[in-house]
Parts: sequence; structure tokens; C-alpha cells
Amino acid sequence: MLIDLTDQPIDVAAVLQAAESDEAGAVNAFVGTVRNRSEGRRVVRLHYEAYPPMAVHQLRRVAEMAQEKWPVLRQVAVVHRHGTLEIGDVAVVVAVSTPHRADSFAACQFIIDTLKEVVPIWKKEEYEDGTVWVSAHP
Amino acid sequence: MINVALFGIAREIVGQSSLALPAGEGQSVGELLATLRTRYPELGRLRSLAVAVNNEYAGAEVALHERDEIALIPPVSGG
Repeated sequence: MLIDLTDQPIDVAAVLQAAESDEAGAVNAFVGTVRNRSEGRRVVRLHYEAYPPMAVHQLRRVAEMAQEKWPVLRQVAVVHRHGTLEIGDVAVVVAVSTPHRADSFAACQFIIDTLKEVVPIWKKEEYEDGTVWVSAHP
Repeated sequence: MINVALFGIAREIVGQSSLALPAGEGQSVGELLATLRTRYPELGRLRSLAVAVNNEYAGAEVALHERDEIALIPPVSGG
């Protein structure tokens, strides 16, 4: 299992490689990137803040939950970036491997969806005329 | 004293990255949240506000101790 939180650019190929397994016929990856629009406003860049020890712990917990739900999972790799990211930068990579493809799609989606709910990382969008902490208010 | 680490919008509302409180003002997670919401009403306007104790989310009934690593967790938005 590869779990990492980094302030450096993510090497997507290295994360994919970490998910490879001779017992797997499928490697499935999700790559989250910085988009230039949010709810109609032009985004200039993003600032990700993390609570590092808890973020790493919770990332591992999410990966372990996936292993419990999909015992066929062979490898799991999750790397999240923090700090200031520009448009197009890779913010997160999730990669999993399973014997057959259906499980790999489902497990990968479960990991990114659960990560967004529980891992203590916060995204602040910077626009030309201000900033907003994403999802902070109802 | 208990120390509470602050992140994201909670850090900005309070104006500092950690808070030290007399243990009597936060003997449990629920008490800590009540104390902070009273002192910083903007915290009450957030979509959610959780407390983590030693890297785990903690329910309102969980007791707090001086050596615990305590953090206020505003709505997360990773990914």
C-alpha cells in the first residue's frame, strides 16, 4: 500500500506503478486536477491546507476500508498534494488493482468519494477578486 | 490546559493556528464545541464542525485530556 501526502508535484506514473500487481488484470486510477472554473467564477489557483498526521492516518483508513469491502484488491495507492496548486496541476491520485476491471472501478470510486468526506484537507479557491474555502458554508 | 489545533476556515475565524484553553472549559468534545461556538459565533455558521482526538473523529461524549492531540475540523474539501 502506498499512502502519501506531499507538497511536491505528484508523479502519476509512479503511483500507477505502485498499484501494479502480477495477480491483477486491471489497474484503475483517478487523477484529480485543478479546474479553471467553479460555480461560474474563474479560478486562478487553489490552496490546499492539510492536517498532515491525521490526513495520512485517515487516507490509510480509507484504503483499509476499501480492502475490507473488496477483498480482491491487490494494491492500493493514494497520494494527495497540498500547498499552492496552479490550473491543471494534479491534486490527488488514487490507483488500485484487482483481478478483473469491475471491482477496480468500484473500489477506486469508493476511495476518492470517501476521501472527500473524511480526510482533513481543505481547499481554498482563489479568484481574481477574492478567495473562498470550498464547502465551508451551507 | 488543552491545546486545540485549528485549520482552514476555523483557523481564519479564530485568527490563530492553535488555542490553549483551561481544561475546565473543554472536559469533553461537546463542551469544547459549545465553548468555541460561544466565543466565535462564526464557527456556528459552518456546514459542519468536528473535533479530532489523536487523529480520530471524536463524538460529543469523548473526554479530553491535556496530553491529547486535539484539532477542530471544519468541513473538509480535499480531492
